Amino acid sequence: MHLLLEPFQFEFFRNGTMAAVMAGGLCGLIGVYIVLRGMSYIGHGLSHAIFGGAVVAYVMSWNFYIGAGMWGFISALLINKTVRSTKINADAAIGVITTASFAVGVALISRYRSFTRSFDAALFGNVLGVTTGDLWVIAGVSLMTAVMVFFIYRQLLFTTFDSEVAGIYGVKTGWIDTLFALMLAAALIAALQILGVTLIAAALVIPAITARLLTDSFNRIIFLSVAIGMLTGFVGMYLSFYVDVASGASIVLAQAFLFTVVLAVTSLQQRAQQRMVHTHV
Amino acid sequence: MEPLVELRNVTFGYNDVPVLSEIDMHLHRGQFAAVVGPSGAGKTSLLKLVLGTQKPNHGSVLVGGRALAGEPAPYVSYVPQVDTIDWNFPVTVEQVVLMGRVRRTWLWPWPSRVDREHAYAVMERLQVAHLAQNHIRNLSGGQQQRVFLARALIAQPDLLVLDEPTSGVDMQTAEKMLHLLLDLNRDGMTILMTTHDLNMAAAHVPWAICINGRVIAQGPPVDVFTAETLSATYRGEMEVVRHNGMLLIYQKPHEHSLADVLPNPVPGHVPGDAGDIDAPAESNGTAAAWGAAPADLDIDQSPEEESEAEGASLARTIPV
Repeated sequence: MHLLLEPFQFEFFRNGTMAAVMAGGLCGLIGVYIVLRGMSYIGHGLSHAIFGGAVVAYVMSWNFYIGAGMWGFISALLINKTVRSTKINADAAIGVITTASFAVGVALISRYRSFTRSFDAALFGNVLGVTTGDLWVIAGVSLMTAVMVFFIYRQLLFTTFDSEVAGIYGVKTGWIDTLFALMLAAALIAALQILGVTLIAAALVIPAITARLLTDSFNRIIFLSVAIGMLTGFVGMYLSFYVDVASGASIVLAQAFLFTVVLAVTSLQQRAQQRMVHTHV
Repeated sequence: MEPLVELRNVTFGYNDVPVLSEIDMHLHRGQFAAVVGPSGAGKTSLLKLVLGTQKPNHGSVLVGGRALAGEPAPYVSYVPQVDTIDWNFPVTVEQVVLMGRVRRTWLWPWPSRVDREHAYAVMERLQVAHLAQNHIRNLSGGQQQRVFLARALIAQPDLLVLDEPTSGVDMQTAEKMLHLLLDLNRDGMTILMTTHDLNMAAAHVPWAICINGRVIAQGPPVDVFTAETLSATYRGEMEVVRHNGMLLIYQKPHEHSLADVLPNPVPGHVPGDAGDIDAPAESNGTAAAWGAAPADLDIDQSPEEESEAEGASLARTIPV
């Protein structure tokens, strides 16, 4: 018991675990809509765009959250606008806009070599650096996202199911997409410190697809995805402490492990059901 | 009386490629019209103009007397083609139907008691209430169509627009769907639909609009579905048989036999072997399947064929 509670003696672990659990739940919630919209790649792309924004914010001496958040929000809007008003597919639009944004960050780092701030934490995640202020930001973003999803739940569901038809039935799909872009950018900024640019996409996608394997009910997928995100955030932090690996990597590995188990079990169940059908036929 | 839908000299295209030209069309309240034409004729584009999801390049589209300016038409419900729907999306029948009430609910995730009562009343009428908690994938083709029709009806629209509601289902299901639409129309619903099924449209829909880039003809099917009009619409040889007040429309078969297309229809089988079904009446593998036409059959042929057929027997040879 003492061994299990040992990590909680350290403030960095308590802060990191709280941040990982909240970020996991937040990514789990947003991830459901990302996966069902067929835009799994957007998390990967936008996190790179936000990295560019973070570097720009640093160079311009802006607040990190505001600078990187606005950059991510504008990138998400540009992607939506490009997909809606041109013949370019979502994956191509994400590829162009977010990679260009990332390149801005890389160019600035190479141009101003006298950086005092390390961007390693942004790339790979670092729980050691989670401050009380960061915790408040993650908590605020999580609460704001949950409240927004609550109030636009039906409009968001219809838009995710069939955006064009939702518009015909009176849903302001442009507004819904804008709000969603805002939520996504905020969630990515909030989770960046824990998971890092390179791993955040997995935290968006894996809990949602794991939940999708478990149920056909939209409401249950939401609850399961959030729960899986929170649980694997907690387990991943524990693993990171005992195995001494980066927190982002251990959280994603915990999610990947759970996904593999669920996939194996559900596949076996399906096979068993098919065999039963064949037997009865 | 002011029409519910009016298109005035509408021209529309994608990237300067014209799809529809000089469309003048109107639909009055209580009308039930089917838009027919070949693939690529602009049927779906016409619906999108009426729905307000596309803007005309020239001309104007008015719904309820109001010109649409790039925004969806109010009080119009839409039933999309079934093959555009993501059947694996995790939603139940009830959730899909309740989407139709989205205009009337805002800022609350749960349906109200009134919403649910409306939903169940519509689902009862369309005989899908017992499937309310089922996933949409686990329904038959006809049930899927009725679920999306229920979503459209729960919005209590002035105009119901359907894109090929009879595609992808068997004839009996398509027939039931059209009877359902006729019932709704008798209750006062204005309906505009597209279809590829000319025979179904001829038998059930009171008004037909033939288009192929432009309006070729519009009116009651009995007047509009002539060989001449349909041949112009489909740019092929169409024939119309009138029998006891009903229309049978078909494309004129090519004058070749299966034997030409498939030299050896059954691999490893030598024609004339014992066990063959009755040998074809003609050596080239075709049979005089129609024989002489009954006296009450009136075959309406495309103009170019009419002169050739004069004086000839109505008996025709079609592939077996």
